Amino acid sequence: MSIIKAKQLVHEFIRRDEEGNVESITTALDHVDLKVKQGQFIAILGHNGSGKSTLAKHINALLAPSEGSLWVDGMDVSEEENVLSVRQSAGMVFQNPDNQIIASVVEEDVGFGPENIGVPTDEIWERVNYSLKSVGMTKYRNHSPNKLSGGQKQRVAIAGVVAMEPKCIVFDEPTAMLDPNGRKEVIATAHELNRKKGVTILLITHYMEEVVDADYVYVMEKGNIIMEGTPREIFSRVAELKQHRLDVPQATLVAEELRKKGVRIPAGILTREELVEAILKVKK
Amino acid sequence: MIRDITIGQYYPADSAIHKLDPRVKLFATLLYIVALFCFKGIAGLVIITLFLLGAIKLSKVPFSFMVKGLKSIVILVLFTSLFNLLFTPGDVVLWKYGVFQISDTGITNAVLMTIRLIYLILGTSLMTLTTTPNQLTDGLEKSLSFLNKIHVPVHAIAMMMSIALRFIPILIEETDKIMKAQMARGADFEHGNLIQKAKNMIPLLIPLFVSAFRRADDLAMAMEARCYNGGSGRTKMKPLTYTKQDGIAYLIMFLFFAMVIVARIFVPFPQ
Repeated sequence: MSIIKAKQLVHEFIRRDEEGNVESITTALDHVDLKVKQGQFIAILGHNGSGKSTLAKHINALLAPSEGSLWVDGMDVSEEENVLSVRQSAGMVFQNPDNQIIASVVEEDVGFGPENIGVPTDEIWERVNYSLKSVGMTKYRNHSPNKLSGGQKQRVAIAGVVAMEPKCIVFDEPTAMLDPNGRKEVIATAHELNRKKGVTILLITHYMEEVVDADYVYVMEKGNIIMEGTPREIFSRVAELKQHRLDVPQATLVAEELRKKGVRIPAGILTREELVEAILKVKK
Repeated sequence: MIRDITIGQYYPADSAIHKLDPRVKLFATLLYIVALFCFKGIAGLVIITLFLLGAIKLSKVPFSFMVKGLKSIVILVLFTSLFNLLFTPGDVVLWKYGVFQISDTGITNAVLMTIRLIYLILGTSLMTLTTTPNQLTDGLEKSLSFLNKIHVPVHAIAMMMSIALRFIPILIEETDKIMKAQMARGADFEHGNLIQKAKNMIPLLIPLFVSAFRRADDLAMAMEARCYNGGSGRTKMKPLTYTKQDGIAYLIMFLFFAMVIVARIFVPFPQ
């Protein structure tokens, strides 16, 4: 069963002047079709303004579709009465770690979501305990979020979402404001949640390295999905990616250049290890 | 200098005062302030001083940390005491020049005012240092919930307060950053007279406001994404229940207040 299903989804940002006349219309999502199965790790790639964040906000019912339809866990997001349950089954982690932590103590922030949905006190504590454990932040439970590093703050934000027990978590460029270490921490946490708890993950990013381990990749541009497939399929189309001004992982690029020069290396190499292996095979 | 403000910050520690119910602490602070403004004579002052020192000792907040918070109000204190000193008429005038005069009442008033202000800041910041904003909000929400009946949005106000408190250190950091960035571009925050200085603040204030609004927008979205929709139907992670310690604390507070009043009635000297 698919947990997220978008059908011909359209979203238009309409700018109005002071009298309420339409000044301009920006189509952020242009007839997008998307299907995500329960338990998958999906990556959505794209430049700024490609519509990927807009798509994420639809999944969390923060924005309503202008046209088309979107179902999350079998619920239509455009129905007013579904909004809260949609937000409960699809959590969201945002870009700026500072602007999504509400409380001034880590554990209180993690408890904020369960408090909102009316979980009884004892169960809130249980949920807070296991959420903090699942992101490896139990040690910091009584700290102030201001004293944590970017990666740690982002993990607290993830714990806050996990505590609501969502089936699916949307990561909206969670690493854009982090240093390389923080980036690794956050991505590893996302993968672990996916593997161990079977949470469906939608990772929105523009870092190619983060996409490599995903199950399926969508590439967006100007509100359209222009490419989709497994990471291997996507990254074997180097020329096409370059045409859209998207980078490919370094290892893939080196392999591609070698192949152009006539070295016999298979297409779709993603990691450094694979590249090393392929080159060693050629040497023999 | 801007980092020295300790009012509104939380100092994590494991102490008896930290564990008290926020309602007790709110009420205690209120009683303390009332005591501070109605004590008379040296006996009352001694009682209040002992009480304050005892509370600070119990809270395990380092005294130097609390004193640091006073730095930000030095000017205010100097200003008030100076005015009290120079403008209070009294029986014995020691010095007079035009409208300025120093009298015996003026001196007592100035000293008292200084003590009151310093104690006021110390006492109230002790409350915020030992209470997380969330607890504070919960306490306020619960103690003021009777206002709900006359349609005062108590929960919303409490929420706004706690968020404001959480963002104080973030915005201070941001102010620092913007200040440095503007200084790197040649902005001058230190020279000129008062009006020029105020004018020079514009390149600091505008980016700060813009970013604050952006943050507010982000935060509102993050809260909505986590199913926040006002106070109805919410449960509490840390519900407020009175324990034995809270009862004892109430008792101590009343005793303290009674002692201050008794001291006022029976030993009201010197002034």
